[in-house]
Amino acid sequence: MPILTVDALDARHGLLHAVRGVSFAVEEGETLALVGANGAGKTTLLRCIAGAHRASGGRVMFDGTDVTHLPAHRRVQCGIALVPEGRRLFAGMTVEENLRVAAGRGRPGTWTVERIVEAFPQLGPKLQARAGDLSGGQQQAAAIARALMTNPRLLLLDEVSLGLSPIAVDAVYASLQGLLGGGATVVLVEQDLARALRVADRVLCMLEGRVVYEGRAQETTREQVMAAYFGLREAVA
Amino acid sequence: MIFLNQLVQGVFLGAYYALVACSLSFLFGVMRIVNLAHGSLVVLAAFVLFELADRAGLSPWLSLIVAIPAMAVVGWLLQRLVLDRSLRGGMLVPLLSTFGLAIVLDNLLFQRFGADTRSLAPYIGDLSFDSWSLTDDITVGRLDVLILAVAIVVLGGLQTFLSRTRLGRTIRATAEDPSVVGLIGIDARAVYALATAIAMAMATVAGAFLAMRTTFDPYSGGAQLIFAFETVVIGGFGSLWGTLAGGIVLGIAQNIGAFISPRFFLIAGHLVFLGVLVARVWLSGLNLRRLRVRAA
Amino acid sequence: MVLRWTGRSAAFATAIAAALVVLAVGPFVFAPGVTDRLTALFVYVILGAMWNALAGYGGLVSVGQQAFFGLGAFAAIRLSHAGVPVYPSLAVAALLVGLLALPLGEVMLRLRGGEFAIGMWVVAELAHLLVNLDPLINGETGTSLIALNAVTAPARRADTYWSALGGMVVLLGAMFLMLRGRVGASVQAIRDDEQAAASVGVRVLATKRVVFVLAALGCALAGALWLASAITFQPRAYFSVQWTAYMIFMTLVGGLGTFEGPVLGAVLFFVVETVFGAYGVWYLVGLGAAALLFALFVPAGLWGNAERRYALRMLPVGYHVALPASRQPGGG
Repeated sequence: MPILTVDALDARHGLLHAVRGVSFAVEEGETLALVGANGAGKTTLLRCIAGAHRASGGRVMFDGTDVTHLPAHRRVQCGIALVPEGRRLFAGMTVEENLRVAAGRGRPGTWTVERIVEAFPQLGPKLQARAGDLSGGQQQAAAIARALMTNPRLLLLDEVSLGLSPIAVDAVYASLQGLLGGGATVVLVEQDLARALRVADRVLCMLEGRVVYEGRAQETTREQVMAAYFGLREAVA
Repeated sequence: MIFLNQLVQGVFLGAYYALVACSLSFLFGVMRIVNLAHGSLVVLAAFVLFELADRAGLSPWLSLIVAIPAMAVVGWLLQRLVLDRSLRGGMLVPLLSTFGLAIVLDNLLFQRFGADTRSLAPYIGDLSFDSWSLTDDITVGRLDVLILAVAIVVLGGLQTFLSRTRLGRTIRATAEDPSVVGLIGIDARAVYALATAIAMAMATVAGAFLAMRTTFDPYSGGAQLIFAFETVVIGGFGSLWGTLAGGIVLGIAQNIGAFISPRFFLIAGHLVFLGVLVARVWLSGLNLRRLRVRAA
Repeated sequence: MVLRWTGRSAAFATAIAAALVVLAVGPFVFAPGVTDRLTALFVYVILGAMWNALAGYGGLVSVGQQAFFGLGAFAAIRLSHAGVPVYPSLAVAALLVGLLALPLGEVMLRLRGGEFAIGMWVVAELAHLLVNLDPLINGETGTSLIALNAVTAPARRADTYWSALGGMVVLLGAMFLMLRGRVGASVQAIRDDEQAAASVGVRVLATKRVVFVLAALGCALAGALWLASAITFQPRAYFSVQWTAYMIFMTLVGGLGTFEGPVLGAVLFFVVETVFGAYGVWYLVGLGAAALLFALFVPAGLWGNAERRYALRMLPVGYHVALPASRQPGGG
């Protein structure tokens, strides 16, 4: 049974119909990459799964429970954690405080500040620094770490490489590698197609709120996704 | 030397202002709401304490133990019934709703208690008038010293609570970004309700000292709100120790004004407040926003 | 292309003109008591409209508009004392207070939200205390507009009535023209989203300045007119925060940010005061409760709601209530 099932999900963003009847499922331990042009509805979709955006129709099932109407903080207790676009750390608090404030709110689990520092060595020397003073890459690591502190069963990552230098992106993904390989269930939004295809088991491409391509990453070529990306019909079939 | 005494009294008066101001400042820091009913709620607490002392015969100190949790519940209700809904209405609604609430509270108190002024001074025995003479001209009242001590304990305690405890971190995180805390499992509404309850507990302490050190009536709330606000602006919005400094500056200004002529007591305070405002506008250009920081 | 004058609004404008003609001959027709009450109503309309200009159009909630109300009355007293004829002194007083609002706005308009709200209250308190220092006023004892004693009661009643009617028409007219002009467009942009407005080049501060000074001038005229009808000036009565409570009630119940709403609100307030004013404290509790409940549950007010429901638009000011975006904790 899939751990996450999204069923005919609809969401609006003001006047914009951002997500239109999206359905897909994620198996436990799987990494799914969401790709698509800006404004395709990827972020809104992730936020709907996390409960940060209200769905206007459809269902979100998590581990057999309907969570569609649960507020975000309740979904964290179920085991869903979103690393939001733009990182959104508590800039005035220290990195350690950012981690500790998230501790013990989700499910019981094994993540501690010490284990975080093992997984994200770049955070070790920065624990007492103000989160707002970190570099972009460090902030991204801290944002992921903060989400991990809730011991999620499903981790949603929104544009972790946005605004980072290539080196910083590599560092973030290097830290993620352990997670992705270690059986975590992850849905990530990634602009860099090549990287998405490399890290994910499956790829889902969105266009104007709809899913226009879905396939196993290994069997998917860059060209196929690019075609779906720009809405070329023949590629979808 | 009489002038020096005025300065000393100003410091103690300032400690009272800091006590009144800290809950206003705290609530603003957490929810970005300026609670226009703040003064009225302080006065409500004073009346609750007075009733407990007058009717139930409880000592004011014992009454505080009863009144603080009771007012915390009032705070919780205030958030759930008024502030929560107001916040969703945008910038203006919290101001309008809390102002409406202030009018309702003031007039309900008037309806119940009439225009008579009241004081808790008769219920605290020697404390209300005992004092120590430092020199021939300078005397400090025991109650004043107690207020200063309590102000330091409350402000320091709040500071420690916010920076050292888990709940304090939760409140700070929510204050920084209420739309993100849900993603790490924090219910922002519950945090807001808790913060309002804490603010009302502190307002009750302020109400107790308002009632002990002077007289009050149902319409005293407006003045308390203004003093609290001036204190917070002079001290810098959001900074807790700044609040104490702001209160002391205000208290000293008022006492120096009164030293010149009794009619200048309030005027001097208002002028210092406006002076600080003008100075800030000129120094920081367009924005006061950088000055109002977090609750910590 | 947006049509401003619809058939209905043209008809409505005609109706207003007719009503004004009828009101203009009022003092010849009405009983003295009615004339006095209508004078009060006109003052209420001015107050409601001015508070709405500030909050509804400028996004500025002030709980200190009584500062201008009191200063307007005080300036009229002073001018009249200096020999200026009584009725012109009302208008001059309002202009002087409007002038005073210019530098005051420079400081106060840098404040935001609640800071501006209470900051204005401090200004009102300070104005009150300073006016009390004037030997002519002599503290809370106050004084009266002595020059009016030279006029017979009926003439005084009629002149004050016409002044109030004229003042109301001029101020509402000025506001109407302002809203149709460039300021109107800016005002709308600012209320929808202040930062966005600034980023597309709307001169936020300049627009707020205009609204602030207009509101100050209008409240000052209201104060001066109130003085002309009450004759006595006791600072406490004029600088009372209750005036702001009334203004908020009128604006909220009528409809914040609508042109017609505060007028409707003023009429409702007038009726409520006439019927329930005798209940004293409970009446005030009711006013506060109404303001609270409207702010929470009917933020668009009666007119705003009707306007939306029936696509009603009597006067073509081209403004629609757009409730600010929600800031929901835990959501986003």
